[in-house]
Amino acid sequence: MSVKLPIYMDHAATTPCDPRVVEAMLPYFTKTFGNPGSRNHSFGWESEEAVDKARRQVASLIGADRKEVVFTSGSTEANNLAIKGAAVMYQKAPAGSDQCRGHIITANIEHKAVLDPCKRLQKDGFEVTYLEPGPDGIFTKEMVEGALREDTILVTLLWANNEIGTVNEIPEIGKLCHGKGIIFHTDATQWVGKMPTDVNEANVDLLSMSGHKMYGPKGVGALYVRRRRPRVRLVPLTEGGGQERGYRSGTLNVTGIVGLGKAAEIAMNEMKADGDRLLKFRQKVESEITSQLDTVQVNGHADKRLPHLTNISFGFVEGESLMMACKDIAMSSGSACTSASLEPSYVLKGLGIGDDLAHSSLRLSFGRLTTQEEVDYAIKTIVEAVNKLRVLSPLYDMHKEGIDISKIEWAAH
Amino acid sequence: MAYGEKVVDHYDHPRNVGNFGTTDEVKSRKDVGVGLVGAPECGDVMQLQIKVDEATGTIEDAKFKCFGCGSAIASSSLATEWLKGRSLDEGMAIKNTEIVEELSLPPVKIHCSVLAEDAIRAAIADYKEKNEPN
Repeated sequence: MSVKLPIYMDHAATTPCDPRVVEAMLPYFTKTFGNPGSRNHSFGWESEEAVDKARRQVASLIGADRKEVVFTSGSTEANNLAIKGAAVMYQKAPAGSDQCRGHIITANIEHKAVLDPCKRLQKDGFEVTYLEPGPDGIFTKEMVEGALREDTILVTLLWANNEIGTVNEIPEIGKLCHGKGIIFHTDATQWVGKMPTDVNEANVDLLSMSGHKMYGPKGVGALYVRRRRPRVRLVPLTEGGGQERGYRSGTLNVTGIVGLGKAAEIAMNEMKADGDRLLKFRQKVESEITSQLDTVQVNGHADKRLPHLTNISFGFVEGESLMMACKDIAMSSGSACTSASLEPSYVLKGLGIGDDLAHSSLRLSFGRLTTQEEVDYAIKTIVEAVNKLRVLSPLYDMHKEGIDISKIEWAAH
Repeated sequence: MAYGEKVVDHYDHPRNVGNFGTTDEVKSRKDVGVGLVGAPECGDVMQLQIKVDEATGTIEDAKFKCFGCGSAIASSSLATEWLKGRSLDEGMAIKNTEIVEELSLPPVKIHCSVLAEDAIRAAIADYKEKNEPN
């Protein structure tokens, strides 16, 4: 058995472009390079046709009509457009008035690309409720129901969480929102292309998705904007040539859009087989690691999680040194050590996981090219690394001596 | 982030890992000084133990354990190497800047060296306290 190093196990961060996607894109760089906005010559028409095909491919992946797809630069832009655009369109009071402009419901473990637009809106006179999850990380209809107000205009929740892979009760929450006439947005970046998606069954009004999380190119994504029952309208962020029904002005990224469309088509055909295969990898990693090591914890709900992603906390070892010991495996650590002050993951903390465990978690996410050999290598490497670091860890000694670490008065530094 | 060569060397081959007994055992040993600094929620905990020759007052052995990043492990590993054979006063004179220099720590990792210095001071202080007359 030979494994080519380093191993890529960070598909929730980004995926490689599928070669079939690249092949589909290539002609649109040099041959069919026209601006789809050019209405009076064949160069423009051909590009427009390519964009239209991609629009149908994307729409069919999520059960939408092609006219409901607005191409963007990715999920971050789609989230910004959806959240800010809907808030301002459906506001209860104008900017600058003393009244609350409207109430928005989201969650404290959302992606930053949802949280930061919400914080911006708070500064601008909207009120935002940040739901807090239970230990399983799932947001339910009841949780949203409990936070509803007379002036609630928008609910925005991830379909599947990017750090722990937990899947929220999106169809149930969608139904609740539709019953109350509240706009419902979901950031489905980690979900779409991996799991069957139907915006009508799920009663979703706005849905964000991204190309590079599903084997498409980076820099392209889409926002689904419902046109019927109800017809959702948004105030655009970008104004100019009026492309994308006026929601997103700017010359279309034709190559990227063609790539996104092709990636959507491939995902339609292969998600079932991919998902089944990757779920087996996830189950093997989780069962092997929890049986070979003590004091480890798989984060999030036991079953309601994405098939290809697992997040595991290891007691008494520190995340960065754990990553260092697994340097041949590309994965994410729960602690993002970007500055002198280590910040444990706010998502894991949001689940009520202690700072010490939140500091020492790994997110592994598998993809289309992941092999059984790579999975076995990862298990072996992680188990050895944790064992090595526990020999070094004063906290593990204390644990074995029966000392409760949380009872010690540590001097924070 | 890329680590310096010496950090990687200490991380791969940490020197003097261990202790001179369980938490309770070392508490009652007069020839051992223990320094435990840092906090789990900050991502670094260092435990440094020194064994002192009572006749000469020199540190004859030093052991460490560390919960922390590679630089924290390297800083405490290096500290044990430097402490061996020194007098208590010479041990107290070790500065975090010397550790930074020796390991080529980048600015974001300077706190690891500070923690190592704290651990040295705490271990020596513990020894002195245990051996104070009355």
